[in-house]
Amino acid sequence: MSFETRISIENLNLFYGEFHALKNVCLQVPKNNVTALIGPSGCGKSTLLRCINRMNDLIDGVRMEGRIVIDEQNILTPGTDVVALRKNVGMVFQRPNVFDQSILNNLKFGLRIHRQMRSKNETKDLIQKCLEDVGLWDVLKDQLRKNARELSLEQQQRLCIARVLLLKPEIILLDEPCSALDPIATLHIEELLRVLRERYTMVIVTHNMQQAARASDYTGFMYMGQLVEFGVTREIFTAPRQELTENYITGHFG
Amino acid sequence: MRNKFGERVIETAIRFSGFAIIAFVILIFLFLLKDSLSLFRVYSFKRFILEQKWLPISEPPTFGIVPLITGSLLVTVGAIVICVPVGVATALYIAEIAPGYLKTILKSLIEVLASIPSVVLGFIGIIWLGPFVKNTFHLSTGMCGLTSVFLLAFMALPTIISISEDALVGVPRMYKEAAYGLGATHWQTLWRIVLPAASSGIMAAVMLGIGRVIGETMVVMMVTGNAPIMPKSILQPLRTLTATIAGEMGETVSGSDHYYALFAVGLILFIITFVLNFTAEVFLRKGRR
Repeated sequence: MSFETRISIENLNLFYGEFHALKNVCLQVPKNNVTALIGPSGCGKSTLLRCINRMNDLIDGVRMEGRIVIDEQNILTPGTDVVALRKNVGMVFQRPNVFDQSILNNLKFGLRIHRQMRSKNETKDLIQKCLEDVGLWDVLKDQLRKNARELSLEQQQRLCIARVLLLKPEIILLDEPCSALDPIATLHIEELLRVLRERYTMVIVTHNMQQAARASDYTGFMYMGQLVEFGVTREIFTAPRQELTENYITGHFG
Repeated sequence: MRNKFGERVIETAIRFSGFAIIAFVILIFLFLLKDSLSLFRVYSFKRFILEQKWLPISEPPTFGIVPLITGSLLVTVGAIVICVPVGVATALYIAEIAPGYLKTILKSLIEVLASIPSVVLGFIGIIWLGPFVKNTFHLSTGMCGLTSVFLLAFMALPTIISISEDALVGVPRMYKEAAYGLGATHWQTLWRIVLPAASSGIMAAVMLGIGRVIGETMVVMMVTGNAPIMPKSILQPLRTLTATIAGEMGETVSGSDHYYALFAVGLILFIITFVLNFTAEVFLRKGRR
């Protein structure tokens, strides 16, 4: 296992009030790869993901210890510019959460809040580029003023990804991005992730083991708030070193 | 068998209550319409709606509703201009910014506010707010449009706040998460995402607030000065539709033209509030979609 580290998680502990949700997690996330986090419900995989862009800040009573280093900066320090962090570390959620507004406004929202609205033509080119990246441009180019909630769930999720790409992030976090989608749409999104891997570091949380096996390069298995095992996806799925991992992967529990 | 019978009794009773409400609304409308028509047989509807003077006891009398509608409109618009921004801002504060304990306190205070009898507010208007307005604007009397505007705004606030707050709280969490996830600040999320998403509920709140203001009688009777003339500004005494009915009904001869004219005023008022409530309902439905 040799790779360039993009995110370095060091001795991370997280508490929800009294509850110890993440226990001493250490993880090096490889650059320009897809890293999957798997594990049974409640094992802390989503919580871990939400540490990387500080989304856990929105929950009352969360306390974190340890370090998460991105670009030589510990992003858990109080002085971290969360706005800039979230721009650089985009997130795609479980349910496609497009705003109840036009497709265009959904895309422009990010540019507006970060004061990056350019001239009309430049913005249009940017938007076209991102919609092309997620395979929506040909379908939607003539109906950008349509309400985004009228799209199919798969298209909505693609739009969510486009909305993130528009801000030119380097890291993308995906929190069970296919759990609301049917199997065909799921495959389409996975294909998209494979293409995007060239340019972005991605971390995907999934409860679907086949998805982790198909779509990721590296896999981390979590259980009860601990990272049990981390390695190349093929090895985790064919020759896990821990018995717990093997039991989970073979379906003994989960 | 017995159970089934019991159920049918209850079902019928509930259905009856439902239909009774509809029947009451229709009956009230017909009742107003019938007595209004008694006026329009001797006094043309066109004159009633266009004449700019309300002189019910002159000889011959003039029943022009324009000054009364203008009076109602003036105080309503004035009250809305004040209470909508304040109300929506308060709702936003309670729904999205205030810490938990303050939220509870504020919400129960607003309920208390809603339960203040309007005659008490009118009282405050007469002894305190009226003189204050008089001295501030150097008027000959403080009993004028502006005084009632303040009181009416105050009365509409609880309605606007609590319904707007419901709409704001109802905005799905996932919209907010999406906005924060893209790096939006708290304020950007509120302004660009939460408020637009709640807009139809807020519109409904405003409509119901207007309905409350335009139908209010006691306060306007006590503090507007009750002069049935065309108001040139909000600083002049004026009279509203409601105050006209309440003030004059006791002095008319039952069955006289004046008596029927007051019913016609009531009909106009009924139509205005009906349209407002209906519009509010449309907005609320749109929001639920």
